[in-house]
Amino acid sequence: MSGDTARIERAGPEEITPGERDSYLTHETGILSWLLTEDHKRIALLYMFGVTIFFFIGGAAAVVMRLELFTPGSDVVEPDTYNRMFTLHGIVMVWFFLVPLIPNTLGNFLLPLMIGARDVAFPRINLASWYLFMTAGMLLIYAWIAGGVDTGWTFYTPYSTAFANSHVVMAALAVIIAGFSSIATGVNFIATTHMLRAPGMTWFRLPLFVWAIYGTSLVMVLATPVLAASLLLIAAEHALGLPVFDPARGGDPVLFQHIFWFYSHPAVYIMILPSFGVISEIVTCFARRRVFGYNFMVYAILWIAVVGFLVWGHHMFVAGQSLYASLVFSFLSFVIAVPSAIKVFNWSFTLYRGQITFEPPMLYALGFIGLFTIGGLTGLWVAAVPVDVHVTDTYFVVAHFHFIMVGGAVTAFYGGLTFWWPKITGRLYPMGWARFAAVLMFFGFFFTFFPMFIMGYLGMPRRYQVYPEEFHVWHVMASSGAVLLAVAYLLPMGFLGLSILRGARAGDNPWDATGLEWCTSSPPPRENFRTPPVVRERPYLYHPDAIGPGHETREPHRRQGQQS
Amino acid sequence: MSVSGTAEALHEPWRSLRRQREGTSFGTWVFLGSELMMFGGLVLIYAVNRALHPDAFTAGGRETSLIYGTVNTAVLLTSSLTMAVGSEAARAGLRRLALRTLLATIALGCTFLAVKGFEYNEDIAKGMIPGPGFPLEEPAAQIFWALYWIMTALHALHLTVGIGLVSIFTYQYWKLERLHQSPAFEGTALYWHLVDIIWIFLYPLFYLMGRS
Amino acid sequence: MSGLGENLPQTAREIWRRAVPVWAALTLLLGLTCGLAFVPLGSGNVMVALFIAVIKALLVAVFFMHLIRPDPLLRLAGAAALLWLLFMFTLTFSDILTRPRPMQPGTVTPRTFDTPAASGVRAF
Repeated sequence: MSGDTARIERAGPEEITPGERDSYLTHETGILSWLLTEDHKRIALLYMFGVTIFFFIGGAAAVVMRLELFTPGSDVVEPDTYNRMFTLHGIVMVWFFLVPLIPNTLGNFLLPLMIGARDVAFPRINLASWYLFMTAGMLLIYAWIAGGVDTGWTFYTPYSTAFANSHVVMAALAVIIAGFSSIATGVNFIATTHMLRAPGMTWFRLPLFVWAIYGTSLVMVLATPVLAASLLLIAAEHALGLPVFDPARGGDPVLFQHIFWFYSHPAVYIMILPSFGVISEIVTCFARRRVFGYNFMVYAILWIAVVGFLVWGHHMFVAGQSLYASLVFSFLSFVIAVPSAIKVFNWSFTLYRGQITFEPPMLYALGFIGLFTIGGLTGLWVAAVPVDVHVTDTYFVVAHFHFIMVGGAVTAFYGGLTFWWPKITGRLYPMGWARFAAVLMFFGFFFTFFPMFIMGYLGMPRRYQVYPEEFHVWHVMASSGAVLLAVAYLLPMGFLGLSILRGARAGDNPWDATGLEWCTSSPPPRENFRTPPVVRERPYLYHPDAIGPGHETREPHRRQGQQS
Repeated sequence: MSVSGTAEALHEPWRSLRRQREGTSFGTWVFLGSELMMFGGLVLIYAVNRALHPDAFTAGGRETSLIYGTVNTAVLLTSSLTMAVGSEAARAGLRRLALRTLLATIALGCTFLAVKGFEYNEDIAKGMIPGPGFPLEEPAAQIFWALYWIMTALHALHLTVGIGLVSIFTYQYWKLERLHQSPAFEGTALYWHLVDIIWIFLYPLFYLMGRS
Repeated sequence: MSGLGENLPQTAREIWRRAVPVWAALTLLLGLTCGLAFVPLGSGNVMVALFIAVIKALLVAVFFMHLIRPDPLLRLAGAAALLWLLFMFTLTFSDILTRPRPMQPGTVTPRTFDTPAASGVRAF
């Protein structure tokens, strides 16, 4: 039986003959077959396991912070502990959750499938990168149990090098190792995209998710090494007293910020670019439309990947950077808003006159578009130097980046997870609960983070545990919203987890989507495709060119990996 | 060139050895790009501090050991020669030439590390460790020397990794566990040449300052 | 693309013949740069030394690392890293070189303490 034919019906449990459908999950059994696997799909699940653990750790730190901030005084933790909490939250959420989130879970699983390959270019390096990631994570957890770091996730000098009495070196080392994992992944994905595409899969027939992962990988490879350099210098100065940023000996502490942000700004594009890819896949499928302006969507991804390296100084407007440089960085920061806007416009035009249905992934995607737009617009405000002088280091900036990273990237991840869950596990989940969780996430997020814009503008500084009474009401709103948000994050873990045990079995293509990954069985076999696909079409051919999607049928006009 | 070994040099997901070799070269180049960015970041720190404190850097640069540095540069350049010949010989299936030159590369790499060891010894004996007791009076000279220690140590670490890789692959080749068509030789050679290029830049930055 | 190396040197003689001249040029340039370091050229010393280093690096990259072979992808990979280095250097220096005097490091020396507060105390 060929797994490549697209069937719309859902296969019930009684229709599966055991042994006939050997998937990557059943191909080999035993713990070693997972820990020593070279299968990109299993490695994706290993990463999923890892990032979930770190999500809980970073989330626990956030819980402590929001509990503390419920009241203006210092009553839950000591000030020093609070410093360690927001540092833990930042380090874990940035490097151990968001950076690997979509690329290493969904990207690892889907990239070879979407291009019609049997695996990534270097499968053993793929496994090595997971081990590097987990080693780094364990080192970080040890650093925390041993007392933690209180410098903030940004490790600013000269505090981190000359004055901090916490485990700066261990934390820096953990982040460096996580960075190596990131670089290995980036190299792997770039080589895979260049060299393992199926016959007929030309560059401009690639799904936008592949382009997004490719752009992300470029950024990972070029930016992360500079982070390693900056943290290496921090560690050397802290541990060995080798003065590099020491102002007493003529060093420039702001120079650390230059090379730190040279990585950390592109890092935020590492976190958001894959989300763009996910949203493009979801919106096209559930509006039953080709993406509007495919070429410009590709150029926008590349534009963001490149120009993202030229804007880092906007984190340093008040740090002592020259006004001239600040103006250059400010201008470039405005420039980089353009491709993001192009993408939002194109998603909107994709929706226009579509046959929209509100499956859970679509609800997440629509939530993403709204929250990302707000986050992006506020980014323009902080890119303006005079506004930033007022709101820098306040909750305004905190709200801005959480709207993008949490309202954007995490929402997109949940959208992608619910979209590709049937493909990954071969199971369907209850749609009602999933829709509820999606809507709850949107409102929980809004109640948590929108008040932060207001209180930030009114002057509430970030990283402060004690605050004046005037900000109390906003903090109460934020902390309460966080409860809703937490429920919205936990609910999908519940029903998705249950679906593995009790969910209805999914067919090859439960959403009637057009990508190559939907041309193989759910879950896919070890070698991805029983017969290697040949590509003859552009992506997203949900309806014929001059005619919009019909409402009579959901069948796509043409699938990418098949003859019509 | 025998074709019978092709099946073992090839592994998933590649469908042809040619493609696998091309892929390995490309992947290695991408990785080298990232290494270049890392050392480039450190060189930027050097460049900025030099621009801010030119006299202190010149003073600091005079104290490095020119002889050890130049000898090491010559050693590393020669090791690049033997590595280039070794990987080409492996590709062409010239087993004896490949094994000899790869061993020579390992030997030259170890020579570099040994010379570095002596050099570090001399530097420590002269007291060139930043902190109280540093012999030079310009404060920023300590920054020069901090960068010297950090960057040469990082380079030596990379060289050690390179020696390890060449040793493993040469041993496997000798034991016939790795075939000459394996892309590993080309990939390792590219890495080795990058380590050499990095040293080509570190040499003038640390050894040729303030000599005139 | 020459993945299997069909048109490349196949005998030991040819391989040595292509590699040794490059090595000879590198060694000559090493001697040159070392010698020129002793010639007082003022600020030209650094320029000359770096220029020679660039030539040496190019020799290694083009001949030893096979950039002379017509493979656009590899050349692109090499060039991309250089471009990104250019971004990093240019924009950082745009800050360093345009700071007003009071914000330049080293112009205001902070009070130094007798013993540094925490450096070297805690390694892990």
